[in-house]
Amino acid sequence: MSAVGSATFAPGGWRTRIDARVVPVLGAVAVFVVTFGFGSIAYNGFFSPQVFLNLLIDNAFLAIVGVGMTFVILSGGIDLSVGAVIALTTMVSAALVEQHHWSAAAAIPLVLAMGTAFGAFMGWLITRFRLQPFIVTLAGMFLARGLCYLISIDSISITDAAYTAIAQTRIPVGIADASITVGALLALAMVAIGIWLAHGTEFGRTVYAIGGNEASAVLMGLPVARTTVLIYTFSGFCSALAGVVFTFYMLSGYGLHAVGLELDAIAAVVIGGTLLTGGTGYMIGTLFGVLILGVIQTLISFDGSLSSWWTRIVIGALLFVSCLLQRIFEARRG
Amino acid sequence: MTSLLRTLAQHRLFWPACTLVLLLAVNATFNAGFWQLQWRDGHLYGSLVDILNRAAPLAVVALGMTLVIATRGIDISVGAVVAIAGATAALLIGGTLVLKGGVQTYVSNTPMGLAIVAALLAAALCGLWNGLLVARVGMQPIIATLILMVAGRGVAQLITNGQIITVYYAPYFFIGNGFLLGLPFAVFVAAAVWLVLHLLMTRTALGLFIQAIGINPAAARLAGVPERLITVCVYVFCGFAAGVAGLIVSSNVKSADGNNAGLLLELDAILAVTLGGTLLTGGRFSLAGSVLGALIIQTLTSTIYSIGVPPEINLVVKAAVVFVVMLLQSAEFRAALRQWVRRAPLPGASA
Repeated sequence: MSAVGSATFAPGGWRTRIDARVVPVLGAVAVFVVTFGFGSIAYNGFFSPQVFLNLLIDNAFLAIVGVGMTFVILSGGIDLSVGAVIALTTMVSAALVEQHHWSAAAAIPLVLAMGTAFGAFMGWLITRFRLQPFIVTLAGMFLARGLCYLISIDSISITDAAYTAIAQTRIPVGIADASITVGALLALAMVAIGIWLAHGTEFGRTVYAIGGNEASAVLMGLPVARTTVLIYTFSGFCSALAGVVFTFYMLSGYGLHAVGLELDAIAAVVIGGTLLTGGTGYMIGTLFGVLILGVIQTLISFDGSLSSWWTRIVIGALLFVSCLLQRIFEARRG
Repeated sequence: MTSLLRTLAQHRLFWPACTLVLLLAVNATFNAGFWQLQWRDGHLYGSLVDILNRAAPLAVVALGMTLVIATRGIDISVGAVVAIAGATAALLIGGTLVLKGGVQTYVSNTPMGLAIVAALLAAALCGLWNGLLVARVGMQPIIATLILMVAGRGVAQLITNGQIITVYYAPYFFIGNGFLLGLPFAVFVAAAVWLVLHLLMTRTALGLFIQAIGINPAAARLAGVPERLITVCVYVFCGFAAGVAGLIVSSNVKSADGNNAGLLLELDAILAVTLGGTLLTGGRFSLAGSVLGALIIQTLTSTIYSIGVPPEINLVVKAAVVFVVMLLQSAEFRAALRQWVRRAPLPGASA
């Protein structure tokens, strides 16, 4: 529909106007470029392809969850259960593979189906009984973590050959010995699928409509109830897929995996330019939000002298600045 | 009789009270000595006293959270504020070993009163930060408080320098471990906060204003309610309440842990408020409901421990209780239930 920018010829010369909705995403890209640039100047060895690819590798699961979370937030809802579903996925995978000797090819589709069904259940509750997403997904979070602990209190290490093989696979990218993992490729694929879903399908347009004004969307005849259930189902699927990637990353199942990840996902989505009120935002912004969170972590680890809790403070500060800028743009448009 | 039951059932606190009674009954059937109260060492002992004691910090936070939720907001940073308050108090008090009159005693680094005031001030400042972001900058409450929730843990770690600060100064332990008139002091603190809030809400127009802001902020503003000021004050009080809870918690464990203090407390607090009947969409609120909600959550935890069920089930049961209560609170669910009940044929009635 509308281009990113338009150029008009008016008396006095050319005037370019950038669509106001794209500005937050451009802001996120700018923050990422500036931060990465700062790191490259300040630290030796920062400016290398492998460091950049490590951002994707180490945050692949966050990116996948972010895709699902973007749809949820675009529709004006929230999903607090994503971290817990990741943990449940790792725990079920580990239990199936290690204790019941299932093959990876059988376990992975099962956990994906489980996560999708979990999301569908929450979406159905939200739509059918008009419950608030915050509480439903909060209860879902308790339920998923509780089920984790029911399976096992301690962590279960995965020694299965297929899992370790996939975990250790490095696919060369072709530039300077840099390589990427299966998980990171999955993350990029999911972001691409997310972009297609959001901008190229009726589902995506309905999501934006629901976020803009749910009552209007209903009156327009859009399938709001079905789409809402699908949104949470997709988020559940993304959480399960992220859980699979997390399993490759950690090679263990543990109830305390991914605690607080839902807030990191929300932070990534918001930093990427999606408004929490819904209706505005771009999927690519979430990818840059994830990259920004990753680059902050990398900066601090490269510095070495800063304690790890500075990460939390810096992320908090970045969140503050992004939201402040979002508010200013909103007010100016208002 | 049925009309009395019906009028009772209409009361907002009916379902939370029922849930609590049910939980207590379950606890009592499995635990023979549940209702026993003994007087030992100058104070009351018993499972009921225990539940009240442990529920006190959660009740205080839930009371603060109620007002925030009533104004259509939410505060997910209370856990971090609990950690900050506890860390400030512990840092200022500490406890150095000195020789006083030939006896080794611990003295605090700063006068205890000053330390407590400083901790509460720090907590109120956190609340002020949240309130300004929501009311002045106009950010959505969940994202505004998310900032402090993320950064606050870092700040708490900064205060404690990454260590767990142990408090050795004995008088400080009275807040979380002391007894007054036979009951734990923490219960009195929670009761005092509840009483003060209740008086403020009912004897002044504050309760009316807060409800008005929650029901329709624009209309309230046009009617002359000082909406922004009240919103900021509500968040300041929520921070202050979290500070009080932080003092109780850190005094109870005689230390301050920047990482673990108040972890997931915000979720329990929001749960307590919702269980008590206050809707997350704001408007009418119930302070008694939130206290009931806190008691329900604590009784649930105690029931699970006392039944002998593995504590891992705690989360699953909590999830089940949340599902049931929120379904019961949903009008659509009650309507669907009534329809389902009515569709079942009555015995002896003609088809």
